[in-house]
Amino acid sequence: MKALCWTGINKLAVETVPDPQILNAEDIIVKVRLSTTCGSDLHLLGGYIPAMRAGDILGHEFMGEVAEVGPAVRNHKAGDRVVVCSFVSCGRCWYCEQKLFSLCDNGNPNPAITEAMWGYAPGGCFGYSHAMGGYAGSHAEYIRVPYADQGAFAIPDEVEDMTALFASDAAATGWTGVDQIGVQAGDVVAVWGAGAVGQMAARAAILKGAERVMVIDRLPERLAQAADIIGADTINYASDSVAAELRERTGGRGPDICIEAVGMEADSTGPHYLYDQLKQQLRLETDRAIAVREAVHACRKGGGVFVLGVFGGLVDKFPLGAVMNKGLTLRGAQMHGHRYIPEILDGMARGEVTTSHLATHVLPLDQGPQGYRMFKNKEDGCVRAVFRPAG
Amino acid sequence: MKTTTKAAAAAATAAAGTGLAVNWIRRSRARAAAPGASAESRNRWRAVTVNKPAAEAAPDGKLPEPLAALGDRVEVRITPAPDGRGTEIAARLRAPEPAGPAAMPGRLAGRDPRQEVRSALRESKTLIEVGEVLRMDPQPAGERTSTPGGKLLDAVTKRARAEGML
Repeated sequence: MKALCWTGINKLAVETVPDPQILNAEDIIVKVRLSTTCGSDLHLLGGYIPAMRAGDILGHEFMGEVAEVGPAVRNHKAGDRVVVCSFVSCGRCWYCEQKLFSLCDNGNPNPAITEAMWGYAPGGCFGYSHAMGGYAGSHAEYIRVPYADQGAFAIPDEVEDMTALFASDAAATGWTGVDQIGVQAGDVVAVWGAGAVGQMAARAAILKGAERVMVIDRLPERLAQAADIIGADTINYASDSVAAELRERTGGRGPDICIEAVGMEADSTGPHYLYDQLKQQLRLETDRAIAVREAVHACRKGGGVFVLGVFGGLVDKFPLGAVMNKGLTLRGAQMHGHRYIPEILDGMARGEVTTSHLATHVLPLDQGPQGYRMFKNKEDGCVRAVFRPAG
Repeated sequence: MKTTTKAAAAAATAAAGTGLAVNWIRRSRARAAAPGASAESRNRWRAVTVNKPAAEAAPDGKLPEPLAALGDRVEVRITPAPDGRGTEIAARLRAPEPAGPAAMPGRLAGRDPRQEVRSALRESKTLIEVGEVLRMDPQPAGERTSTPGGKLLDAVTKRARAEGML
């Protein structure tokens, strides 16, 4: 089959690779219909997460059709249309029982790598380096899905493929942040990043009853989507002071909840951006936590900050004093998609969750390298490049 | 004012430095006074908690197969976790564990006995909770070009179930 492989830092190639096989009784094989780029892939592409091997297949956000089922699979049969959670979770360990699915004890077959980095290993993730399990990714014609009764979800008939695709990760990540930090009716919420995850976090907050939701970015086309399709207010950090705008718009209090949906390669207009770039390139810090710092400073006293963007290791100049002295709640997580995907699919079926606008560029898999180039460089207003492996 | 502040800062730095030095000397003396008693040199219990009651984790006291396969080389302890949160399964090597830099060749070659214990504990946990251990080979991949970084990652991945903090 064809697959889009990482071949080195900032290098991708479409290669012919062996088809996946059923290896465990609870596996299914999915024929991939749609598989999207994700901002977090750029960290892999750029070598910021150094656990990629030449030949690894990228992609973790996808939907498709069940092609084959293992003997212990109960909920799926060949021909079913499914969206698959990007995280691999067993559904039976203590963490899964607590609905903290991305923390699954049994989803990552390479636990030593992330134990050394973080103390304990989270679950696995498709196409997301050997640190997260070494699973082959979804930018391919077929993909093996372990624990399929847990992580694959039937798509309601009224939900189109392109809409369902983003339940796999972007929407589920947004839902995770909003629910885990405890957004409540009446809250004022600020979201850093108007990419797919930021937009989905904003939508989740609105559906939770947040009184006002503000999305921060510098790209006009993304801010326009956040305003026109998601229903959020916007702040362009390239032309406005985020801190001043947030104070002004919140009666001087600051947002109740700040959600960071940017990650380790954050941009900024200030001199601290150059400082962080230099340190990151010299590997004196692994992550640029510019948006997290801003969120911590902007948050009201006693408020909550949620880190949704992907971070790998160590950051510099973290404002721990603000966290402590302002009495903030600081949380983070990879997405607990198994918990939220059914609710998101229901919302999609009711028309409350709109996602297909995120797919600004739909390409055959053969154009994978070009798709990532457009996505990385934000060319032509690209929000997400989505691949159709079947052409 | 600036001079005073700088002097105070210098004094504080010196004091902090002295404090660190004193602490380091104390720790060094403590280690020297009790050779072989440091945290790293004794055989540790390595443990996993399984999300099942003891009666299901080890029915009639029968050990899960991966641990049973280690035979008399390990002691095994099975106890309920606090607040009914499953069962703690702990194993400890009977023979002295390899320690320090001398253990590294064995670890790299996959001959370190601690690796067997970690693998057995992890596999036991998965078998008890899920029923089978995840298999990862073969799976699709493109051309695995030979690079120093790639070889290192291959070596790390090969031992990734047997190493780690456990």
